[in-house]
Amino acid sequence: MSSDAKKVLTGPIVDNNPIALQVLGICSALAVTSSMANALVMSLAVIFVTAFSNLFISIIRNHIPSSVRIIVQMAIIASLVIVVDQVLKAFSYQLSKELAVFVGLIITNCIVMGRAEAFAMKEKPGLSFLDGIGNGLGYGAILMLVAFFRELFGFGTLFGLEILPLIQNGGWYQANGLLVLPFSSFFVIGLIIWALRQWKPEQVEKD
Amino acid sequence: MSSNKETFGKTVGFVLAVCVVCALLVSFSAVQLKPLQKANKALDQQTKILEASGLLAETDGSSKSIKALYNEKVFGLIVELDSGNIECSVKENNAEDGCYTQILNFDERRNARDTALSSKPEDDLAGINRRSNTAVVYLVKNETGAISTVVFPIIGSGLWDLMYGYVGLEADLNTVKSVIYSDHKETPGLGAEVLNPKWKALWPGKKIYNDADVVKIKLVKGGAKPGNVHGVDALSGATLTSNGVTNTLQFWFGEEGYKTFITKYLAEGVN
Repeated sequence: MSSDAKKVLTGPIVDNNPIALQVLGICSALAVTSSMANALVMSLAVIFVTAFSNLFISIIRNHIPSSVRIIVQMAIIASLVIVVDQVLKAFSYQLSKELAVFVGLIITNCIVMGRAEAFAMKEKPGLSFLDGIGNGLGYGAILMLVAFFRELFGFGTLFGLEILPLIQNGGWYQANGLLVLPFSSFFVIGLIIWALRQWKPEQVEKD
Repeated sequence: MSSNKETFGKTVGFVLAVCVVCALLVSFSAVQLKPLQKANKALDQQTKILEASGLLAETDGSSKSIKALYNEKVFGLIVELDSGNIECSVKENNAEDGCYTQILNFDERRNARDTALSSKPEDDLAGINRRSNTAVVYLVKNETGAISTVVFPIIGSGLWDLMYGYVGLEADLNTVKSVIYSDHKETPGLGAEVLNPKWKALWPGKKIYNDADVVKIKLVKGGAKPGNVHGVDALSGATLTSNGVTNTLQFWFGEEGYKTFITKYLAEGVN
């Protein structure tokens, strides 16, 4: 793999993270991070959609009339999202019931659209595909990290397995009710961004 | 970027082509995956019904054993709610049984949207707006063929949205065996505790009706007193979900729910 491709693939995970640096795709990061299983499935779905929407848009990028390009991108993204939703319903019914509306809302995830517009419209299909995977991974990494804290301290479990036994189940741990609610992700994401920028000061925006 | 691709005709043509390809992709996946999705839905429902009748532990959790046990022990009925009459009942769980197929295709939510198949309850305690005229009730039989549990589907508003579930009653149609929610959108950690095994364990043995046949079952804020056969602890921090559960039960076991059927059944038997 050339260094260019590697940079495109791994760059968005830490150095140019779509959530932590670009602050895109926050809404779904709030909604689906109450459990790690949900976050994992959501991440996989977003990786799939960004990768393939980037690929398809890049393949036809020279033919898309610029006056309707956003609509064309949306049509492709929406179709892929519907396919993901159908596949989830067919192979993972329980999770699709829990994620329900949020899978459909991948359509409005700014990361997908943002990468299509900023990257896939200019670059070759192979590279665009990798960029889609990379950004999906960057999104997924933050999602999993947020879900780790929320599920562990909000429910005392990880992937549904009991780690901290809850008082209402006869253990000692008093669950943190705040972390159960979606908006607590704001705090967790904020802390992650702070930690990341302490580690890599070049990410700090200049006034 | 060449300028000729910007002509009106080309733009329209391109958009149409993209639409056709996308439409093909979407419809192909929808049609191809439909049978699997339907099977998943049916399996999920069968799992919940077995759970409501306390038989889920007898399976090994695989779809095959769930289906086998369901087909062996669970027999559906379609009940006309206002009259309490049985429209049809399943004799054998296979596709040749007309009632079996009818129950397989029964969709409460679709019926409730159809004005010919549903009606507005006079006292809409459960907040469901429209109620299907018919409902499926599941009889669970034991080895000797005697009815051990009757499972009633229930629907009612929680805090955020409608909650769908099942109530399993003993053969006396008064003693609760279980209350199992299958589909809800309540707040995780608060209202979603309706799925907590500890809360579900509070239900067995509670009575729906008092001696005068009045629906008395309810969730009690602050905890039910010991010996209260009609009261179950409410969920802490989830008053509106708890009220929703109480109202749902009061509605479905009241006059506009299953009460007519239950009275008739107790007087005449099911056959």
